Amino acid sequence: MASEGGHHGPQTSGEYIAHHLQNLQVCKSETGDWVWNECAGNPMAINVDSMFWSLFLGLVFVLLFRGAAKKASAGKPGKLQAFVELVVDFIDSSVKDTFHGKSTLIAPLALTVFMWVFLMNLMDLVPVDWIPMASQAIGVPYMKVVPTTDVNITFGMSIAVFILVLFYSIRNKGFGGFVAELTLHPIAPPLKGVGLLAAPFIIAFNFILESVALLAKPLSLSLRLFGNMFAGELIFILIALLGVWQLPLHFGWAVFHVLIVTLQAFIFMMLTVVYLALASESH
Amino acid sequence: MDINMTLIGQTIAMVVFVWFCMKFIWPPIMTAIEERQTQIADGLAAAERGQQDLEKAKSEAAKIVDEARKQASGILDQAHARANEIVSEGKADGVKERDRQLIAARAEIEQEANRAREELRGQVSAIAIASAEKILRREIDGKSHEDILNKLAAEL
Repeated sequence: MASEGGHHGPQTSGEYIAHHLQNLQVCKSETGDWVWNECAGNPMAINVDSMFWSLFLGLVFVLLFRGAAKKASAGKPGKLQAFVELVVDFIDSSVKDTFHGKSTLIAPLALTVFMWVFLMNLMDLVPVDWIPMASQAIGVPYMKVVPTTDVNITFGMSIAVFILVLFYSIRNKGFGGFVAELTLHPIAPPLKGVGLLAAPFIIAFNFILESVALLAKPLSLSLRLFGNMFAGELIFILIALLGVWQLPLHFGWAVFHVLIVTLQAFIFMMLTVVYLALASESH
Repeated sequence: MDINMTLIGQTIAMVVFVWFCMKFIWPPIMTAIEERQTQIADGLAAAERGQQDLEKAKSEAAKIVDEARKQASGILDQAHARANEIVSEGKADGVKERDRQLIAARAEIEQEANRAREELRGQVSAIAIASAEKILRREIDGKSHEDILNKLAAEL
């Protein structure tokens, strides 16, 4: 394993990369004690670093915007209020373009998702060694600072979105409508005559097809974000191995990554809204 | 990169953050934005109204000035006419006065001339009588020839 607990030994490139991709984990071992970083394959483990940075950045968003919201007045806005209103207005118009129903949840959800994912992605621009090395210095062996490079984090969010999609589908179309949507599309089963014999097969076929389509939504939503951020992080790590040439390359990739950071946050937000819009519109 | 409890933790965190945003962040900001929008719209409308009022006041002022100008020129015309009238009246009065004085002067002159003539006539007749007396004292008695002398004096 790579250097642990502040121990600095000679490191191969493979070890360096593996160390950077290792989460700080805690879990209960078979003996019932809480253990750190011996949790491979344990489904009850918690990635402490992902969770910490995720919550920290969520709080940054919440406190920043709450501070602006508390002082928000219709008069001349301050600089923070102007910035917050800019973001809020941008989200609001994006949501209104896509989601035509009335909902007090969708727009705040989109704002939270956008700002939170954006801040988490933004951690990618902190040079890859700074925080891990600083935490090693104080005795924390692993520190993955970009929560969105952890598939648990992206899945956690997409599952929340998926639950909302199911909730909206059933609320707006009824349970029957939801089931009908899963079974009567895309091939309408015949309702009379000899074709009735084929109906169960057609329904089964539709169900399989539509279930895959339904489940693909949260899966693609989370894997898209995870894949983009993980790949970006990996390239930062690889660039960091290059010695002095890393400086211009790092700069170039960081500039390009600013785009990815923003774009992925926007895509995640937009798709969330689109899925919820599809769920609440009956066709 | 295994799936573990972090997933559930993130889901719970997301629910909490979204709920907080929905309750305490979104509504006040939206309220402020919408309030400002109506304020701006009101302000623009008020500005428009002010502009219209200004326009109206301007045209009204122009109308008033126009009227005043018209009145002034009317007064001026009247004054001119009155002045002309006075001048012509004066002229006419002057002419009349002159004529009157002229007539009076003429009458006086004539009167004076008549008086002078009368006087002269008296004197001449007196002179004539005196001279005739002187002549006749020698030849004729004055008393017998008085009627002739009187006739002579009247003829002079």
